[in-house]
Amino acid sequence: MRGADEPTDEHWVDPEIIRPYVVTRGRTQPAHGRFDLISMALAVGPPPGPDAGLDPEHLRILQLCREPKSVAEIAAYLDLPAGTIRVLLGDLFDRELVSAQEPRSEVDMHDMKMYRAVLDGLRSL
Amino acid sequence: MVFARSERPRLPTAIKILVAGGFGAGKTTMVGAVSETRPLRTEEVLTDRGIGVDDLTSVEAKRTTTVAMDFGRITLGNDYVLYLFGTPGQERFWFVWDELAEGSLGAVILADTRRLADCFPSVDYFERRGTPFVVAVNCFEGAPTFELDEVRLALQLNPSIPIIMCDARKRDSSREVLITLVKHSARLRAEPVGS
Repeated sequence: MRGADEPTDEHWVDPEIIRPYVVTRGRTQPAHGRFDLISMALAVGPPPGPDAGLDPEHLRILQLCREPKSVAEIAAYLDLPAGTIRVLLGDLFDRELVSAQEPRSEVDMHDMKMYRAVLDGLRSL
Repeated sequence: MVFARSERPRLPTAIKILVAGGFGAGKTTMVGAVSETRPLRTEEVLTDRGIGVDDLTSVEAKRTTTVAMDFGRITLGNDYVLYLFGTPGQERFWFVWDELAEGSLGAVILADTRRLADCFPSVDYFERRGTPFVVAVNCFEGAPTFELDEVRLALQLNPSIPIIMCDARKRDSSREVLITLVKHSARLRAEPVGS
């Protein structure tokens, strides 16, 4: 607790480092899935009730993922490191509250259909 | 791999393109110019694993380092989402590049003619890794102008690697760079696509 007359030094602990691990309760790896920076996540099923035992961060992810979002985007919007998002997404995935799709592997980069779709999309920007 | 457990709505497939180049070459500018939102920033907190020699002489001898990456999103219809990642500039973060380059469609290397040597490490990196790339010469006002052939020579680029002029601030120009890269990558990895 900080008294009113104490200096407002924001860096008395480093919240940038501490907070991500508090949010994940010290976990650094998701329970399941690899969750690449561009793995896509989408909220599925009915929104969980207050007794679901979810943290505010989990709920914010579910809200964001009403439309498909990547791990990198979720991290950017929640202002948390990507590693933290991976852990939280793993929790949600375990509870079947999100579906996820890993990105294409390098092996799939020979798919002509993908190149055409990307070119068409870029041309119509 | 789809790892949804039961019948789920379809998710778009994500594709990434890297935007590399020296500090101040216009990476974030280009990402912002073509993306549908302002450039976003994601951070990876890294432990001292793999960082190599870190400067621990600073006041706080942290055991972790944060690497920030700027990126943007371009939604391409219902099936694909393209992400553009500006690569972290510092060489000691190259192990982050490995993660970024893995599974990428290719890379744009932005060259600044005032500091052409700054993009040597990027050229070396993507050549060694076998990642398709194009070189885009960002035309800064007041920067010395060179013929593309001169830049190609200076960078010792293989004749098959496309090199183009661009203005990273302009959406159309940056889009042309991406189209050039996608065609080049398709030529290398799939069959030719139109002209």
